[in-house]
Amino acid sequence: MATPVLRWCCPGRRWVFAGIGGVSRHGRGVPTGSTSSGKRGQSSVAQQPLITAQKPRKGEREWAAVVGLEIHAQIASNSKLFSGSQVDFAAPPNSLVSFFDASLPGTLPVLNRRCVEAAVMTGLALDCHINRRSLFDRKHYFYADLPAGYQITQQRLPIAVNGSLAYSVCVGKRRSQMVTRTARVKQIQLEQDSGKSLHDSLRSQTLIDLNRAGVGLLEVVLEPDMSCGEEAAAAVRELQLILQALGTSQANMAEGQLRVDANISVHNPGEPLGIRTEVKNLNSARFLAKAIDYEIQRQINELENGGKILNETRSFDYKLGCTVPMRDKEGKQDYRLMPEPNLPPLLLYDSGSLPPGTDPQQVINIDQLREQLPELPRVTREKLVQQYGMLPEHSFALLNEVGLLEFFQNVIKETRAEPKKVTSWVLNTFLGFLKQQNLAVSESPVTPSALAELLDLLDRKAISSSAAKQVFQELWRSKGKTPAQIVAEKQLELMQDAEALEQLCCSTLEAHPQVVTDVKKGNPRAINKLIGLVRRATLGRADPTVIKEVLERQLSS
Amino acid sequence: MLGRTLREVSAALKQGQVTPTELCQRCLSLIKKTKFLNAYITVSEEVALKQAEESEKRYKKGHSLGDLDGIPVAVKDNFSTAGIETTCASNMLKGYVPPYNATVVQKLLDQGALLMGKTNLDEFAMGSGSTDGIFGPVKNPWSYSKQYREKRKQKSHGKNEDSHWLITGGSSGGSAAAVSAFTCFAALGSDTGGSTRNPAAHCGVVGLKPSYGLVSRHGLIPLVNSMDVPGILTRCVDDAAIVLGILAGHDPKDSTTIQDPVKPFTLPSLTDMSKLCIGIPKEYLTPELSSEVQSLWSKAANLFESEGAKVIEVSLPHTSYSIVCYHVLCTSEVASNMARFDGLEYGHRCDIDVSTEAMYAATRREGFNDVVRGRILSGNFFLLKENYENYFVKAQKVRRLIARDFVNVFNSGVDVLLTPTTLSEAVPHTEFIREDNRTRSAQDDLFTQAVNMAGLPAVSVPMALSSQGLPIGLQFIGRAFCDQQLLTVAKWFEKQVQFPVIQLQELMDDCSSVFENEKLASVSLK
Repeated sequence: MATPVLRWCCPGRRWVFAGIGGVSRHGRGVPTGSTSSGKRGQSSVAQQPLITAQKPRKGEREWAAVVGLEIHAQIASNSKLFSGSQVDFAAPPNSLVSFFDASLPGTLPVLNRRCVEAAVMTGLALDCHINRRSLFDRKHYFYADLPAGYQITQQRLPIAVNGSLAYSVCVGKRRSQMVTRTARVKQIQLEQDSGKSLHDSLRSQTLIDLNRAGVGLLEVVLEPDMSCGEEAAAAVRELQLILQALGTSQANMAEGQLRVDANISVHNPGEPLGIRTEVKNLNSARFLAKAIDYEIQRQINELENGGKILNETRSFDYKLGCTVPMRDKEGKQDYRLMPEPNLPPLLLYDSGSLPPGTDPQQVINIDQLREQLPELPRVTREKLVQQYGMLPEHSFALLNEVGLLEFFQNVIKETRAEPKKVTSWVLNTFLGFLKQQNLAVSESPVTPSALAELLDLLDRKAISSSAAKQVFQELWRSKGKTPAQIVAEKQLELMQDAEALEQLCCSTLEAHPQVVTDVKKGNPRAINKLIGLVRRATLGRADPTVIKEVLERQLSS
Repeated sequence: MLGRTLREVSAALKQGQVTPTELCQRCLSLIKKTKFLNAYITVSEEVALKQAEESEKRYKKGHSLGDLDGIPVAVKDNFSTAGIETTCASNMLKGYVPPYNATVVQKLLDQGALLMGKTNLDEFAMGSGSTDGIFGPVKNPWSYSKQYREKRKQKSHGKNEDSHWLITGGSSGGSAAAVSAFTCFAALGSDTGGSTRNPAAHCGVVGLKPSYGLVSRHGLIPLVNSMDVPGILTRCVDDAAIVLGILAGHDPKDSTTIQDPVKPFTLPSLTDMSKLCIGIPKEYLTPELSSEVQSLWSKAANLFESEGAKVIEVSLPHTSYSIVCYHVLCTSEVASNMARFDGLEYGHRCDIDVSTEAMYAATRREGFNDVVRGRILSGNFFLLKENYENYFVKAQKVRRLIARDFVNVFNSGVDVLLTPTTLSEAVPHTEFIREDNRTRSAQDDLFTQAVNMAGLPAVSVPMALSSQGLPIGLQFIGRAFCDQQLLTVAKWFEKQVQFPVIQLQELMDDCSSVFENEKLASVSLK
């Protein structure tokens, strides 16, 4: 629901895995042995712990996995973090590159106010402490898409620290129960994005696009408080929703506006944490969960086979479904951090500390930004549950799809139907159709008003619910028609003419004396046959309960 | 006309005694005559003449842009100039033509100044002699002055005169030589550890290092961002004040410039000397200080005292740590700043294309000289995770102590400090190159470097000629952002000492003979 791509159950705060040690474990879990498919392998792993945690068998070892995340979110701003170049995902290569972005000698960084505000708002939304004074550092490494040879970031004294991110995962046998978990936010730092390298192996060339170089990023560091791919994916999803609600990032993973690195280790409960690996550049929620679960199982297998975990950087091969060491990250990286000398400390104020007479354009007031914070997804969901008596998982589902909540609210506004009815129609029928055709809410052929009108027809019993489904299908197919038109065209309206119905019933009884006899003999099913006959005669436009009433009255008279 | 100060020639332009084009042409012809000095890397003749033409139109209409309109200036070749090659005297940037002007360059041009060319320096301004650039060393115009030649004749007995040419000091030696040899009226230098003041002292001109943050660094190709300041070289203190008045102020492109508006820099005449307190830092009296400089320093102190100023001995106890501290901070920032020169976006790129890494390595090996590579290496060493605390962080702490020394002294009531600028007068090139760049820089920056650590304004003012007939300058150090007060004191001092004008008549009349002897050195000239 909340994260439809996730399939596995997380039984506890920490995953606890069974382990027998030695070769016999081989077949389990990851696709190393005969269990083949990665999905099945991971699934079996996920089921394991409940059993073994309760009944440890001889020679078994328990494993707990620890997952921390570094999430890079591109800041939604018109211009880059330190230069006036525009930010646009789709622009032609190297068309949005200022002298600073290309690191021409003598150019200097000038901090973008909008990016600072985005960082402060994100920090506030994640309950962080906002540092009134933060610093910028240079992090050095040579890479073709890093023109200056260093990235300006905030390693030592970032803009926000010590926050928390609450997210929910589904638990229980039918995965119908939502449980809230919390990951601590270690820090949020402002930093520059790099450019993009394109390797042309045919001509052994590397092509560089600097459009992205210098775009503002928020790096959100989550403490290793998660224990499996699903939790990590749910946390990332929640962060994504928060960023989108704040408008601080579009956070579209497919466009690279949200990128995740995961730090993963396993250990035996009660013992110190294991050596961690870092899986870099996870660009979709699905691969994020997959990669983490794969890496957890790989480490367990490695350790159970007497191997060692190397502190290394790995990448996820989404075709093979496994993580592999990154060759260009081999060897010890020393980033030779040093303070960025061209940027004075970033000072932030609150209403209390604001020096009198300062130009509001020159300073950033945290309190002012706090007042402007929009409603966060958590609150929106709580309101939905309260206001409409919705199940929590339904509130998650409404928020998870871009534009779905707005669609829902627009339908609610225009219809007299019960909110529960609306919820069910939006989440089941409407969302089902969208998913089936892989459409976004904004691309839907059915407008909120059309659905509202349809639900009104249903609500005042003008049509039956099966007819309503038919109307919906028709709405989806033929744009521009109103539900009323479709109902009229297809003659789907319920019979409102009581006299006509009386007559239909009467003539049906007359035409089927045998069935009437059966009824009178006490065959309980016989009445259904009569109802069916009348319905057929009305072309399905009469409400079966009404028909039943009429028939029963006529039979008993 | 060329011997005049900026203020004088500005007045002459306004009165129509000379036109900008005439002035420009005279400077250009002198630049050609003094080519052997190697002061210029690029002479932007066409640009200058075009600017002169436009300036002339303005004067004709009576719409002059101000004091700098029509005034020939030169710019050190580590400031970006749009459309004009900017090399930093390095193979790495040979052929690099920036697409933009440094803010200070733009400000000069906006005032109607004529850009004569880009001046020589040590590669990436790393040096104190202006001897270590790919275009060869800069020669001190005083080597060819009547004053020096006469003294030498008395001593030398038939030795080859020209093999004894003197260095200018550096790294802004080209700018100092350009001003000193009358080829322009003001020049921009840069000052990270003394690179403007040191050559100013050796070339007998005024060298001003403004307060850090007063003048924009945007477009100045950095050596040490936290210490670099654009410097001003002129023939008198008033001229420096005029140029500073134009350059100073907030630049939205440089976040380290001050926000507060800057008042124009007009220098009042000092009248009441009794209100002035001059500090003499005792730590600056080092054994290496030449007796001549030392005695001139005392003479200057006495001068202030005799005119009614309070002169007191002060202590800057952490001075002796300055050199080593500077070494760590400078090389660390150099390592970082030089990382961008990888041959990809601009500048030199080697022919090797085996891999990106191999290309980086060869490009940087070919592009940088030993001095630059040495500093990059040490800087990266200091920045390594295991060394950072022990070197960089400690050096930063020491830097703070050094800066605090100055604050303490100024808080105790001292207005301006008076110190030597250099240990001695300029030395012959043959002598200078006996020591390596690092040793030389460490010695030569002794009196100037701490000022950069503290971000203070300082100015070197020529005081007198040595027994060899060479200029000796003294340095005044002021409170942060009290540049005007500093220059007011310097101006008073300048007026008292009446430093002699360099006599280059002989050189200018007869430079053909010099050319013949200088063929080798001018080969690398463009």
